[in-house]
Amino acid sequence: MSSNRKIFGPFNRVEGDLEVEVEIDNGVVKKAWVNSPLYRGFEQILHGKDPRDALVYTPRICGICSVSQSVAAAQALAEAQGIEPTPNGRLSSNLILACENLADHLSHFYLFFMPDFAREAYTDKNWHEETARRFKAQTGAAFKTVLPARAQWLHITGILAGKWPHSLSIQPGGSTRSVESQERVRLIGILGSFREFLEITVFGGELEAIAELDSERALTNWCDNNPGSDLSRFMRISHDLELDSQGHAGSLFMSYGAYQTDADQHLFRRGIWNNGSAGALDVSEIREDISHSWMQSQPGPRHPYQGTTLPDADMSNSYSWCKAPRLDGEVVEVGAVARQLVNQHPLIVDLVSKHGGCVQNRIIARLLELALVVPAMENWMRMLRPREPFCNHAPLPDDAQGAGLVEAARGSLGHWLRIKNGRILNYQIIAPTTWNFSPRDNQDVPGALEQALTGTEVGENGKESLMIQHIVRSFDPCMVCTVH
Amino acid sequence: MSAPFTVLWLQSGGCGGCSMSLLNAEAPDLYTGLKHSNIELLWHPSLSEASSEEFIELLNAIIQGKQHLDALCIEGSIMTGPKGTGRFHVLAGTRRPMMDWIEELANQARYTLAIGSCSAFGGITSGGSNPGEACGLQYDGAIQGGLLGADWISPSGLSVINVAGCPTHPNWVTETLMQLAMDDFSSEDVDDLRRPRSYADHLVHHGCTRNEFYEYKASAEQSSDRGCMMEHMGCLGTQAHADCNTRLWNGQGSCLRGGYPCINCTAPDFEEPGHPFTETPQIAGIPIGLPTDMPKAWFVALASLSKAATPKRLKDNAVADHIVVSPTIRPTSPKKS
Repeated sequence: MSSNRKIFGPFNRVEGDLEVEVEIDNGVVKKAWVNSPLYRGFEQILHGKDPRDALVYTPRICGICSVSQSVAAAQALAEAQGIEPTPNGRLSSNLILACENLADHLSHFYLFFMPDFAREAYTDKNWHEETARRFKAQTGAAFKTVLPARAQWLHITGILAGKWPHSLSIQPGGSTRSVESQERVRLIGILGSFREFLEITVFGGELEAIAELDSERALTNWCDNNPGSDLSRFMRISHDLELDSQGHAGSLFMSYGAYQTDADQHLFRRGIWNNGSAGALDVSEIREDISHSWMQSQPGPRHPYQGTTLPDADMSNSYSWCKAPRLDGEVVEVGAVARQLVNQHPLIVDLVSKHGGCVQNRIIARLLELALVVPAMENWMRMLRPREPFCNHAPLPDDAQGAGLVEAARGSLGHWLRIKNGRILNYQIIAPTTWNFSPRDNQDVPGALEQALTGTEVGENGKESLMIQHIVRSFDPCMVCTVH
Repeated sequence: MSAPFTVLWLQSGGCGGCSMSLLNAEAPDLYTGLKHSNIELLWHPSLSEASSEEFIELLNAIIQGKQHLDALCIEGSIMTGPKGTGRFHVLAGTRRPMMDWIEELANQARYTLAIGSCSAFGGITSGGSNPGEACGLQYDGAIQGGLLGADWISPSGLSVINVAGCPTHPNWVTETLMQLAMDDFSSEDVDDLRRPRSYADHLVHHGCTRNEFYEYKASAEQSSDRGCMMEHMGCLGTQAHADCNTRLWNGQGSCLRGGYPCINCTAPDFEEPGHPFTETPQIAGIPIGLPTDMPKAWFVALASLSKAATPKRLKDNAVADHIVVSPTIRPTSPKKS
């Protein structure tokens, strides 16, 4: 057999357009190049705008992480203004963000990821018939309950944010939408209905029991005892296809901390997870490298406060509109698995210690978060205080800067804003998939997906394996965020 | 059953939000609604199985006339940059600018629909200096032209149907597709900007829960206030064409009900209002931009009159984030107790 190159794309069931080129040698991926083929130019659009207008523009970077973008923009503005949200405002923002993130986890599992196992290529598998019946794209039986459950779940945003996606309710000082006491109980009702759906359909048991799973063995036992749940269906497939040995990237994971509960507390803490141990995150060590991006050249990698985004389609040695963010020079993986490692959830710590960051563990971490966040939301809803303020107000300074660091469903999202003479001087955004799907850097080190694809067995022309599809989608990529 | 009404959905220079919104369809859900309207999604980027080569084969089959296509739905702006080359969006796996694919496919589809303000008019992606040289299918902002040109018509004889909005309401899309599938849609069913009149003949103002505040010009002064947002907060609900406050979003929401102003997202050039989105520009204390179809002199006269007559309840509640003065209870029946 020989070495050859093959291009995959477009990848559907990821958000936005994506192309992957691989070099195959003896049926194994030797090298991979990830290309984000769409450039729109939000950073250029924002230049010179009234800083408050970022709350209108940035959510529209992405239709699936829209609220995450809102929260990041609001935080960046809040830091520039030197204000904090009211307690109600913080709760409300967290509820809206959690609603989006969990809807995305659900969409990823049912709409984007599982349908690949219903493909005809797997007809010889003993799990195929059931999988096709349940998860086949567009016609699978699961959608009869999943679509209505998802739509009703998003009623939380209907109440708290006016609509989803693209709300303007999240503000630096909290929320534009105060909640009355009857609305609070309505929210609790919607949440209960979603909890029931998760418990019956996804897990086959109580969320609290899922949250307490503390090892691979406990997870296996759960699946053995609840074979009719979609979690168990996935685990049977994963076991058979050995998804725990596929799609390893590096061993450095990062989380900005998810759901800020007060000035320096998060529901899921901020930090890094480096080769099996927890550490502090120093965001001043973030740099964006553009050595392989279609961007006008600059002397070296830059921190986003100093960064620029000026496209140049003719740059040689470049193959993506995406930049290459690095933390202290290192490639980082972000997402639910990173969040739960940094937060040291015992199940994810155990799974990753045994199998690394892999296709299976990325999926499990996402499902686990459904079980962890819904009870937290229940608590937040009860903590809302109708008749108390939902929004603080403060003037906008003429010269200031601020950063917004949040966790979207698919990982760490950062906004860096500089204001001069009351206008946006510079606005730089690093999205979750910018980290995960970055091109090579100036040391020629490939990004996380490029590493994850290397070594994958695909057959000589790549057609014989769907593994590339599984690996790509295991990151829950959002390409419209990646390059914006 | 007759042959299904086939739909191909492609995305270019947008955020994918109209697709995500589409999934919010309820009673019935999206798949049930399409199925019972005999609409077949040949391919949708978020929902279909086919990837890479299988998908490119489908595009080629449509272009060669081997696969019948009733409706081409385009979401996202057309990326014509840099310098008209379309390289800002080269469709993955094809080395060919998306704008070229779109043009070729549009000439095959019986109908072409712009889903969202990006593909209708350029939208958010064409904001600021428009670095991506983004435009709509048949408009560049409010000016006719765009990718396909002002005079273009689809094989059915219709121009591009602009299902504008940022994002689109799921049922603006599904109901337009259903009307097309039932052959119940003609050039009479779009307004002058070629938006479906089913929703564009309404104003966002209709059904706004802040209407009593509007009547008395009891205005919100900062975000989270309950009052009318027209005078200070940049609200364009009295001018914006859409049925957001009668149709409602995600069960019971709308921008206004969410506590923030309407930014007129169904209109061309909404992305560049010429002032901060959440501030109303004023001349001599009078907001620029009168309610649609309202003569200026009457508006000024009525506004000053109603402002003078504002009840205390509205005055106080307008600048609070919860009800601070309840409505007075008054008997409405002639019966005496």
